Amino acid sequence: MNSTINVMRRELTGYFATPVAYVFLVIFLVMTGIFAFYLGNFYERGYADLDPFFRFHPWLYLFLVPAISMRLWAEERRSGTIELLFTLPITTIQAVLGKFFAAWLFIGMALVLTLPMWITVNYLGAPDNGVILAAYLGSWLMAGGFLAIGSCMSATTSNQVVAFILSIVVCFMFLLSGLPMVMNLFNGWAPQIILDGIASLSFLKHFADISKGVIDLRDLVYFGLVIGFWLLANVLILDMKKAD
Amino acid sequence: MIEVKSLCKSYGIFKAVDDLSFTVEAGQVLGFLGPNGAGKSTTMKMLTGFLTPTSGAALINGIDVAENSVAARKNIGYLPEGAPSYGEMTVQQFMLFIARARLINKSDVADSVDRVIEKLNLLEVKHQAIETLSKGFKRRVGLAQAIIHDPQILILDEPTDGLDPNQKREVRGLIRDMAKDKIIIISTHILEEVAALCNRVMIIANGKMLADDTPQGLIDRSRYHNAVSLVVEAPEKVASALSELPQVAGAELREGELTLFPTGDAGLFEAVTAAITENQWQVSALRLEAGRLDEVFHTITRGEAPA
Repeated sequence: MNSTINVMRRELTGYFATPVAYVFLVIFLVMTGIFAFYLGNFYERGYADLDPFFRFHPWLYLFLVPAISMRLWAEERRSGTIELLFTLPITTIQAVLGKFFAAWLFIGMALVLTLPMWITVNYLGAPDNGVILAAYLGSWLMAGGFLAIGSCMSATTSNQVVAFILSIVVCFMFLLSGLPMVMNLFNGWAPQIILDGIASLSFLKHFADISKGVIDLRDLVYFGLVIGFWLLANVLILDMKKAD
Repeated sequence: MIEVKSLCKSYGIFKAVDDLSFTVEAGQVLGFLGPNGAGKSTTMKMLTGFLTPTSGAALINGIDVAENSVAARKNIGYLPEGAPSYGEMTVQQFMLFIARARLINKSDVADSVDRVIEKLNLLEVKHQAIETLSKGFKRRVGLAQAIIHDPQILILDEPTDGLDPNQKREVRGLIRDMAKDKIIIISTHILEEVAALCNRVMIIANGKMLADDTPQGLIDRSRYHNAVSLVVEAPEKVASALSELPQVAGAELREGELTLFPTGDAGLFEAVTAAITENQWQVSALRLEAGRLDEVFHTITRGEAPA
């Protein structure tokens, strides 16, 4: 536990010692703003809610989360610090969790910085704050899912660009698995149970469910499982090939 | 204590380390010597638990590194090749991270960081990002993180690589100070370093152990051990005259210097000096050779038996 916190703390210090943190935070805030106000018609709709704000989060995460996660392990491999890290009395699981939580907390911070949106909408009208809270939770959970995928992809390579692209591709498949453009590939020949299985993998669907304000245990379990699965894969990849 | 039993590491058909066995006791400073790519670093990576052996085992104080890696690592301080560290952190932040990772008591963390920073003369760069430091400082940071928890076993992969002569001297002094009751393993391809630091030497090439001896023992294997070298006028004439002596096995003339090799009987030096006085040769330099480590290293790693 202490080792996990130690790794997490080191990682977070690293973000703020480089421009990475500041660039990410600024871009995240600007982009969420642009999406909500221009594409989401935040004002014109005339509703006091944050739906136009949250609706674009999955698409924003698709690019921004891999940008955070790509360095998690690729950088350790490139600079050789992975050898330092794994000759300290720290287990692979502790290291993976420490890094994951650091990045997840960091995205949490970015979300907290969007609170002025919430305040604004309360100033303009009387939104259902429970729904907004649920949507924030859902958004953060979804970011965790993207992050776990990105962390695992980062462990496969010492090249951050490769890690970035791999992460986007895998995240994209998870995002879209419920949409017609993926489902049509399987419709007509795959049995219904597989169709349901693929459809239920979609980040979009589960995020949409939570952001309606319904915190269903199944959605929570889903994101928990996604995060757990990819982090486990991450640990296995590291254990199998630490060197090179 | 370190026990290594038939340690092997293969990458496909390439054997990086091939059936290595040895034991190291407290108080020994063991030098791993070998050409680049000999398997020195790979062996160290297996001792520290970073790599898993293909077969065989390494035991650190009786704990199998591959089976109980984390427990074994607690006893070890390790400087990986090239002294990697997190460049964006300051020296102090990095040391705090390592101290906590080394499970030093909360109340002692700050003290041990201060102590190691002082010991390695890092005070002036304490608040600088590591990536902005010179090579010498970076190496010292690497050494500092290896010794912060006062480990019983210290494994240093090329600790003085890339340092200037003064820094090398400094690092050697540090290692010598710590050597008393610890086990220290250093790898190097600098021969003088082995003679200066180690009380045991292993020569490794192509993953195999070729020699395991004291530095003096290795030097004694040299062809030049107890040979006599002299600079003299008309060396050819002197060479043929001296070759007649029963103590001389052979003579070699190189760059104006005449070297006479002993037969194994003692007294070559005395016989040569006697001959010089008797014949009144004009000698401008005369010395007894201790032996040449580079020559021994060359002979051993080229697969020839040392003379």
